[in-house]
Order: sequence, then C-alpha cells, then structure tokens
Amino acid sequence: MNLQDLIKDLSLEIVTCEESMNNEVTGAYVSDLLSDVMANSNVGNIWITLQTHLNIIAVADMKGLAGIIIVGNRKPAEDVIEKARAEKVTVMTTPLPAFEAAGKLYQLLDR
Amino acid sequence: MILKEIAKILEASIIANPENSEIDIHSACSADMMSAVLYYHTPNSLLITSLTQPHVIRTAEIAGIKSIVFVLDKKPDKETIDLAQKKKIPLLSTSFCMYTASGRLFKEGLPGCLDK
Amino acid sequence: MPLNSDKTIEGSFQLVGGNFATAGEASGELKRTLTDLGVAEEIIRRAAIATFEAEINVIIYAAAARLLYFIGPSSIRIRIEDMGPGIENIEQAMQEGYSTAPEWVREMGWGAGMGLPNMKKNSDEFNIESVVGEGTTVEMVLNIP
Repeated sequence: MNLQDLIKDLSLEIVTCEESMNNEVTGAYVSDLLSDVMANSNVGNIWITLQTHLNIIAVADMKGLAGIIIVGNRKPAEDVIEKARAEKVTVMTTPLPAFEAAGKLYQLLDR
Repeated sequence: MILKEIAKILEASIIANPENSEIDIHSACSADMMSAVLYYHTPNSLLITSLTQPHVIRTAEIAGIKSIVFVLDKKPDKETIDLAQKKKIPLLSTSFCMYTASGRLFKEGLPGCLDK
Repeated sequence: MPLNSDKTIEGSFQLVGGNFATAGEASGELKRTLTDLGVAEEIIRRAAIATFEAEINVIIYAAAARLLYFIGPSSIRIRIEDMGPGIENIEQAMQEGYSTAPEWVREMGWGAGMGLPNMKKNSDEFNIESVVGEGTTVEMVLNIP
C-alpha cells in the first residue's frame, strides 16, 4: 500500500511520526474500545477510531500497530501528541466518519 | 440497500425481527461510542457495533437507526433482544470485524452517514 | 400554531445515577409526548437526543437528578438539575473529545467527550451552570417554528 494514496483517499492529516508509516501495514482494525483492540487487533494493523484519549497511544505501542487514524475531524490533545512522538506512534486524522474511512482503506488494501 | 442484501454481504444471521428484513437502509455508521451515533444524521441508517447492551437499542431508537449489526459474532442477551423486538428493530450478527463489515458494505455502494 | 394545544405541558423525572438500564426513559417519554402533540419529526429527534445525552451524563457522573420539561406553543424547555460532583472547568468540558469518564464507562460506549457538545448542538439555547461539590444544572431550549 502506498502512503500517498492513503493520505489522498482518506483526506488524512498526519499529526505525528510520518516516518514510522513505512512499517508494513498488515490490515486494519476499527474499534472505539481499548479492550477490544488489545484483544483482537494484529501487529501492523492501522487502527481506526474516534477515541482521542491518551491511552490509545499505549495500546498502539503495546500491540505494535502501524498507526492510528482518528476519525470525524477530532484532534488529539497536546499530551496525546507528545506521548505519540515519544513512543513513535503514527497518528493521523481524517474528517471522514469511521465507516467511510474503513471502507476506503479496505479498497486500498484489497488492491 | 435492502437489509436482506446487507445480511448476505456480511454473511450475517438475522437474530431479531427477521420479518423486517425488507427495509431499505440508506447509510451506515460504524461505532462503539454511542454519542457518535447521536452525532451523525442517522435516520434510516444501519449501526455497525461490537456492543450488545440494551442501551445500544435505546440509542438506535432515539437516533432513528433502522437496524443494528453486531460484529465479531457478538450475541446480545435476552433483555436486548426483547427490547429490539418491542421497538421492531431488526438485529444482525456477523463473524466479520467492524473493519471488514464496513469495507464490504462500502464496496457494494452503501454510503456513510452525513455530518448534519 | 404547530401544536395541538396552546397551553404549556409540563413533566418531570427523577433520574438515578449509575444505572444504564434506565437510560432513555425520560427521553423516550418526552419523545412520545412531542409526537402526540404533532411536533415536527426533526425537532422531536433533536429534543430526544439532547435529553438522552443528559440522562447518560447523570448516569455516569451524578448521584441523582431532576429532569423537567416544559412544552409551550413556540418552544420546548428542558432543565436538568443534578446532585453530582460539579464541573470545575466548563469551557474544557464543552470541548469535543474532552471527558473525565472512567474506563468502564468508555468500555460501555460512552464518555467520548461528545455528550455536552451534542446537547448544545441539538438545542437553540443552551445554558450550563455548575458548582463543584454541589451539582450541575443544564437548561436547553428548542424553538418550535
């Protein structure tokens, strides 16, 4: 998957750690529940969520996720951004709702 | 998109109100956070979620959601099913995760809910 | 005259904190009352969403609350007075995405920091007052054109 295609198709704004996105993307996971992501996501997944809570960074780091896409035009707070930088977690935002972000990513990864 | 067709695309079973499987669904909303459901303009929408408690049905009713798909093979308890029956909201259960369920439906042309 | 009656119709509810099973009782009744009065569907929807979010906030944060509604010929007024911890910084609480809800609440699908913004978004007038240690009062008005 091409990062530029991803940015264009999902109207992404990269908030932190663009360089970490060169990690191989294995798929995606959509959830707003941290326990669900801890239990069911896989290494290299892009995580789509509307959560902006600080704990999302720890979850992404622990699970070895490729990055987080925050949907619905929500912006993470400064402490979240700082933690993402410290843990080298890629955080991106999109104005799209989760369903469409997932749908577009699904088509990209399916290609 | 007719609900029956959605069930087919998601390889889902209809676990409540199957008699309403001919309803027309205009858009979809994928969320576990119920306020997101209340935020978007969701009349005649489908909710894709992993939560199965009764307050999910209540949220759907308030928001005008017409049907709910539970992902990851989640099965609601009797209380949730009873409430859905009372409100005539058909419930589906699919083994796909929220990502795959959303991807499959979007690919077949179902749009997302609009920001109102 | 959009309403079938020119009198003000009042109702009240006692809300109890902590119990998600009762969520939607007040908003459900308000919705039915407004439907019976012939109020436009989109206004009913907004009133129901705003009231439902208020109920959820009481369940998450407060010990108890009183919800009052007044339906007049040209507006719906909904007032929630809670006995809760109060809000220290209202401006912060109104920011989308900001929430002090505990993890168990987020795992239930609430506490995304959208409750108060959703209430404001769905009302034509929105007022919030809070005293830390005493409680919070929210008043919402929806105009009936």
